[in-house]
Amino acid sequence: MSTTQNTARSEVEIPNGPGAAAILAAGIGCAAMGILAFAGDASDAIGKALNFYNPTGTLSGVTTLAILVWLAAWFLLNRAWRARTVAIARVNVAAFALLAVGFVLTFPPFMDLLQGK
Amino acid sequence: MEISTHDLWTVLHGMGFGALFMLAFSGALAELYRMAAAGPAGQPSSRERTLLNFYLLAMVILAWFTVFSGAYVVYPWYRAVPPAGTTDLAEYPRRLLLSSGKTSEWHNIGMEWKEHVSWLAPIAMTMVAYVTWKYGRAITRPRQMRTAVLGFAIAAFVATGVAGAFGAFLNKYAPVRGGSVIILLEGEQ
Repeated sequence: MSTTQNTARSEVEIPNGPGAAAILAAGIGCAAMGILAFAGDASDAIGKALNFYNPTGTLSGVTTLAILVWLAAWFLLNRAWRARTVAIARVNVAAFALLAVGFVLTFPPFMDLLQGK
Repeated sequence: MEISTHDLWTVLHGMGFGALFMLAFSGALAELYRMAAAGPAGQPSSRERTLLNFYLLAMVILAWFTVFSGAYVVYPWYRAVPPAGTTDLAEYPRRLLLSSGKTSEWHNIGMEWKEHVSWLAPIAMTMVAYVTWKYGRAITRPRQMRTAVLGFAIAAFVATGVAGAFGAFLNKYAPVRGGSVIILLEGEQ
C-alpha cells in the first residue's frame, strides 16, 4: 500500500470527536464573549468586577474570561469525545447558533435593544 | 520623518498584524475550499498540506497578536482620561469622539463593537487551523466538518472586516496620538 493510501485511510479512521470538540468549543467561546460583553455593558457591578486591568477596563475581564471558558470547554469536550464519533451535524447547528449569539450580543444597538435603551 | 511611539504601535496593530491577517484570508479561504472540494483535482499533495498548515498557523498568530496589541497596548491610550480642565482633547480619542454628537456614535457603536467582535476571529481561526491540521482532506467525510471550518473562517473574516473598517474610521476621526517621538529620517530643510 502506498504512503498516500495509508495517509488517506488514517484520515478516514480518525474519530470526528476531537474535531467536533474544537468546533463546539469555538462556538462556546464566541458566545461567552458576547454574553460577557453584554453583561459588562448592562450591569455596572459586573462591569466593575470584569475590570481585571484598569488601563483596558472591562474589556480585560470580558476577554480573559471568554478565553478561559473557550479553552475549558475545548479541554472538557475533547476529553469526552476524543475517541468517539459524534453527530457532527448537530454539533454544527449548536456551534453556528453560539457563533451567532457572539455576533449579535457584541453589537451595541442589539445590546441597547435588550436593555430597553 | 518622525513618528510617535503611540502612532507606531497603532500602525503595527492595524497594518502590521490586522491588515496582514485580513489579506491572508483570500489565500486561506481559496485553499480550504479547494482542499474540501470533491474529486481528485482537489487532492493536495503532502507538501501543499504542510504549507497550508503553516499558513493557517501564521494567521492564528497574527490574529492573536492583533487583538492583544489592540486591547492591551493601543486601547488604553484610546480610553485615557484627561486631567480636569483639559480643553484640547487631541490626545484623548474616546473623550474627543464623545464630546460631539456628530462623532459620538463612532465610539458608541464603532469602538464598542470593534473591541469585542474582533476577538471572535482568533478563536474561530484557531479552531479552523486545528481541525485542518488534524483532519486534512478528511474534513469532507462527512461534509459537515468542512461546513464548520469554512463557516467559521468566513465568520472570522467578517469579524476582522468589521474591526478593521471601524478601526480605520476611528483612526481618521480620533487618532491615537502621543508618546515619545522617534526620528526616522531627517531632511535637509
